[in-house]
Amino acid sequence: MKEMNFDAVIIGGGVTGCAIARELSRYDLHACVVEREEDVCSGTSKANSAIVHAGHDAAPGSAKAKFNVEGNRMMGELAEDLEFEFKRNGSLILCFAEEDMPALQELYNKGVKNGVPDLKIITGDEARAMEPNVTDTAVAALYAPTGGIVCPFGLTIALAENACDNGVEFIFNTKVEDVKKAGNGYDITTNNGVIHTTYVINAAGVYADEIHNMVSDKKLHIIPRKGDYCLLDKEAGNHVEKTIFQLPGKLGKGILVTPTIHGNLLTGPTATNLEDKEATKTTAEELAFVMEKANVSVKNVPFRQVITSFSGLRAHEEGDDFVIGEAEDAENFFDAAGIESPGLSSAPAIGVYIAELVAEKAGAAKKENWNGKRKGFVRPEHMTKEERAALIKEHPEYGSIVCRCEGVSEGEIMDAINRTLGAVSLDGIKRRVRQGMGRCQAGFCTPRTMEILARERGMKMEDICKNAPGSNMLTGSKDK
Amino acid sequence: MTAHDIVIIGGGPAGLAAAVAARKAGIQDILILERDNCLGGILNQCIHNGFGLHTFKEELTGPEYASRYIDMVEEEKIPYKLNTMVIDINKDKEVTVINREDGLTTIKAKAIILAMGCRERARGALNIPGYRPAGIYSAGTAQRLMNIEGYSVGKEVVILGSGDIGLIMARRMTLEGAKVKVVAELMPYSGGLKRNIVQCLDDYGIPLKLSHTVVNIEGKERVTGITLAEVGPDRKPIPGTEEHYACDTLLLSVGLLPENELSKGIGVSMSRITSGPEVNDQLETSAEGVFACGNVLHVHDLVDYVSEEATLAGTNAAEYVRAGKEREAGHMVELKAENGVRYTVPQSIDVNNMQDKITVRFRVADVYKDRYISVYYDGVQISKRKKKVLAPGEMEQVVLKKDSFADYPDLKNIVICTEVE
Repeated sequence: MKEMNFDAVIIGGGVTGCAIARELSRYDLHACVVEREEDVCSGTSKANSAIVHAGHDAAPGSAKAKFNVEGNRMMGELAEDLEFEFKRNGSLILCFAEEDMPALQELYNKGVKNGVPDLKIITGDEARAMEPNVTDTAVAALYAPTGGIVCPFGLTIALAENACDNGVEFIFNTKVEDVKKAGNGYDITTNNGVIHTTYVINAAGVYADEIHNMVSDKKLHIIPRKGDYCLLDKEAGNHVEKTIFQLPGKLGKGILVTPTIHGNLLTGPTATNLEDKEATKTTAEELAFVMEKANVSVKNVPFRQVITSFSGLRAHEEGDDFVIGEAEDAENFFDAAGIESPGLSSAPAIGVYIAELVAEKAGAAKKENWNGKRKGFVRPEHMTKEERAALIKEHPEYGSIVCRCEGVSEGEIMDAINRTLGAVSLDGIKRRVRQGMGRCQAGFCTPRTMEILARERGMKMEDICKNAPGSNMLTGSKDK
Repeated sequence: MTAHDIVIIGGGPAGLAAAVAARKAGIQDILILERDNCLGGILNQCIHNGFGLHTFKEELTGPEYASRYIDMVEEEKIPYKLNTMVIDINKDKEVTVINREDGLTTIKAKAIILAMGCRERARGALNIPGYRPAGIYSAGTAQRLMNIEGYSVGKEVVILGSGDIGLIMARRMTLEGAKVKVVAELMPYSGGLKRNIVQCLDDYGIPLKLSHTVVNIEGKERVTGITLAEVGPDRKPIPGTEEHYACDTLLLSVGLLPENELSKGIGVSMSRITSGPEVNDQLETSAEGVFACGNVLHVHDLVDYVSEEATLAGTNAAEYVRAGKEREAGHMVELKAENGVRYTVPQSIDVNNMQDKITVRFRVADVYKDRYISVYYDGVQISKRKKKVLAPGEMEQVVLKKDSFADYPDLKNIVICTEVE
């Protein structure tokens, strides 16, 4: 059994944990992220709406409101510093009945109180002028120009890489089994040994209550709230330009329709409370619900062009707000718990807040050589023909297209594998450079991608996994 | 920018046959662009026999069939580029390609033959609910990993879809020691050839469950099981009919889709039924000098017909290049698919300028017994042929002769349909 020592341990390599890690990496602290899966961005962070919310939904004064608005404000600069994909496409919250107008006004008022800039209530016709596919039944809308879309993988991975480049260690395939007070710090027992640390930061997603409850008597209870989604082909990606929400009203929970940052169309999510924190399975009923309700706000959503469906679990805490800060009865233990929507939007702000708390407590100084910039992936798709030709001349591997649907080259796949915190699984490659994310869903490129991964990592083909250990792609080889 | 008379997109069976035909028709300057590392396309992974009965009057394996055409291409010294991906074709017939050696280049073509083939429908297109573990393969991906790369993809297998690749893979995996527990088919009939059901399922005692589908996939890391259910006439699962199968692999053989992203870039008009370009009797698309053949045009079940179709496309592309312009427009007549006939290829015929005869290929919408396939010219029955069985999984054809149009100078439409009597 291994033993390790750190000043600070972040439990969970989702977007929240990685944002905290990146901010903590500014300080002179020996820190690590402990992640159960083989890669960052493997839980809720990988399966959500990929929306950067404007910040009008949460109750004024709540942690959700504060961190959402601040996170949204930070996202543009962060995207530039860390070179991940983000766009302020704006959002419309549609109202379908005159009697719901007060609720729309209330949403506007909340937004103003929360500090959301440039909100505007517009008529149904104005909404349709902006978005011709908005249904005729929409009578009004709240327009939020600061709403955005982001690549959730790109954001999380960029934060993690930048944290790692600045000295934070990442320990994968390691599950926290127990956390115990030890002196002024904690002993964290994992399946791979014990970690001694002064500070613990709990960013464990749907498991954050279990981690918290190991050290605190002020119990948390997180309910995994499942959301199913359908993702449509890029041919459908222009169906709407803005993110189209539904005002929660007599029609029940809203289903959104949005373009993704990569040009697909995404619809969902359902909201089903579960017991099982692992139950990321879609159901026929929920997928049917998504399709039915999407048509309430947007005309003729081309569901013939669904290329995949997925589900994610929101970490809904019973108190209905983020739980952020040092636990009352557990000194040096910090929570970032109950991070459901708008968690992705809030992550950058939560990162700053928690890192400052920990650094202050530790009296840690800022590093002199901290580098807040990270090089993103070379994206030949976004280059001019001349730039692309020059790139291939210098790096021929960018001339070898592996994934036809998304036009991903061997060069990009090699970059995904060989960079900081590089991919070790097929899903890791997919989330970094989109190999297999297109309309054939990796039908053609799987064998070639496996070969490249095996070659670059010196692995055997039979050991290649889709994601976590045990998800082996093959069951035997010619050489057996 | 380089320039060529004929650029062929795809070096599979369609592209190869088109190239050979174009050369035989006198065009020297031909270039085949192939994205894989060898010519032959999907035939290379189809190591079973049954290819070539029509074309070569003998039974060949897929690689053997491909090598016949590859040999012809080599003998004719027709140039080709491997590992070369076409990323765009514009309306001026400028083809943008990428490979390691040349980088990104543009090729100007006088004529283009689209021969990109098709791809498999994936799980997502069916919205099969459940988890998303490893072990879910489209049948062709599994076929490639087994037959080309030499790996086994699973030990206990359920196959959804009774398309030909699924049937072939049921046998192939059985021969490699896997246990294929069941093949489920959503429709009340199989989507594959009868001979494949007999030779790949019946001979190995693999059950085929018609009107069944997968309603759940279990397993977080690797597939651990799936649930099948019977479907009603609306193809919706019937509650209470669920059956669980423990397995580590789910193969999907749920249909092929012509790969026409590039065709759309040129702006050719597409058929919603075939998902391929609409073509005339020359297999020319709505874009002048752009021809299509093989599975990119419509999905075939026999490669022999692909070769035949591609030969026609190659010959006509050569004629177009030699003339330096399109054939003079004569009397164009639309073909209409009616009463159980889903579509026809071609979709229109120039009855003045067509060849002496053309083969019209089509599929039917359902399984029919003891029906006639009839051809009508403006409501007058021209021919009828009785078929004991018609099935969507088997492509049908009728031959139309040029001289049959002599008596119809004002012909408006040609109808191809099935009839009970």
